[in-house]
Amino acid sequence: MKKLGKQTIKFDNPPCITEVASIVGPKEAQGPLANYFDQCLEDEFWGEKTWEKSESKIIKETVNMSIAKSGIPSNNIEYCFAGDLLNQCISSSFGLRELNIPFIGIFGACSTFVEGLSLGAIFTEACAEHVLCAASSHFCSAEKQFRFPLELGNQRPQSSQWTVTGAGSAILSKTGSGPFITHITTGKIVDMGIKDANNMGAAMAPAALDTLLCHFKDTGRSPNYYDAILTGDLGYVGKEILIELAQDKGYHIKQNYNDCGVLIFDKDKQDTHSGGSGCACCATVFSGYFFKQLKDKKMKRILLIATGALTNATSSQQGESIPGIAHAVSIEM
Amino acid sequence: MKPLDSKNEYQNYVDKKSPNSPIFKNCFHAFLVGGLICSIGQIIMDFCKYRGISQEISGTIVSIILIGLSAFLTGLNMFNKIGKYAGAGSLIPITGFANSIVSPAMEYKSEGYVMGVGGKMFTVAGPVLVFGISTSILVGLVYLIFNTQTITLV
Repeated sequence: MKKLGKQTIKFDNPPCITEVASIVGPKEAQGPLANYFDQCLEDEFWGEKTWEKSESKIIKETVNMSIAKSGIPSNNIEYCFAGDLLNQCISSSFGLRELNIPFIGIFGACSTFVEGLSLGAIFTEACAEHVLCAASSHFCSAEKQFRFPLELGNQRPQSSQWTVTGAGSAILSKTGSGPFITHITTGKIVDMGIKDANNMGAAMAPAALDTLLCHFKDTGRSPNYYDAILTGDLGYVGKEILIELAQDKGYHIKQNYNDCGVLIFDKDKQDTHSGGSGCACCATVFSGYFFKQLKDKKMKRILLIATGALTNATSSQQGESIPGIAHAVSIEM
Repeated sequence: MKPLDSKNEYQNYVDKKSPNSPIFKNCFHAFLVGGLICSIGQIIMDFCKYRGISQEISGTIVSIILIGLSAFLTGLNMFNKIGKYAGAGSLIPITGFANSIVSPAMEYKSEGYVMGVGGKMFTVAGPVLVFGISTSILVGLVYLIFNTQTITLV
């Protein structure tokens, strides 16, 4: 691998995404992408006593499913990168404690899945034959940790987003038939001073823009090189802002750009306001929908930019602004 | 347009880009449901008085029934739907207060009865209690100091 420009790595032997799996909750199962996910749950608990346990089970079963689908014996998988949104990343560490694969817990808020893919790709090119990357989030456990009790009879602002319940998992291999991770662009923390925890899309959009521009600059590519440019969870508000900001900088992305948070729910029927969010948002939409598009050769090149809001409930209450981050991977057939 | 030049400009730009809540629709729903809750309270009140119960005790009975009903609907996963529709209409009457105590109690039951239910029950209602009680003490003090004949007569 070699470094391109300031923030991008180009792989000499691009790691292959051998297999993916996705499990989603009941709300996502009513959304427009329902048919693409491997499994849709009927309720948020999935037979567990707490939402936290349910989230752990979701990531555990998703990871097991991706291993089973790939046919690779689990002791041949050399590293596992996983993370989630709960304090100290308990969903992934509890869910994967019986996995018996060297584990590297990661946190990048909702950008975790792509952060995992980036690190996994570096490990795969450097030393490992197979690497596993996964991320999860759960609407109920996230609401409990970041906002109000579910049964509280309040109204959500129009700019708020709906945390996706589910998990996505991907296995990277040294060799394979593709799709391949050809480039990664690691984002900087960008904070434009947004303090409204109900407007994460606006808080993260400048970070997404920074990574997007940096990727184009480092690689010399332009927006129309890709069949699809996808952000993780900017939602309707953030998507609109990113299109305008990019246009301002001379990049017209409107044609082939979309956001996973916009795609996963039907805004009007499902009352999800600005769209989906959470680690599972881009993890499930990529693993469920876009991976198949690439495999079926309906798309050849996509740029996946996962966005994260690096905040917690305490910092919001203390009046801190919300720093954003965005990591990009270029995935090509 | 250069919204990324400063944090202030970006905030202004974001404010313009973010959708507003439908205020008129929300107000109308709040009026409708809030009015309905108050009417139910009034019906109970009139019924109690018709049965010969005093005004004061009838008021207490209204509170007990509305709180009980609101807590019950919260447990049935229905109050949050009413609240989503009605907003302040179901939040401001005593029903909202009951909901704000029952909902965290349900949510944190998984952390046990003592530190979960007991410890977290007032996370939402706590500020209302603290500032409600503080204000009533303040008002009481003012009343005590200025308790002249004219005020007593009013």
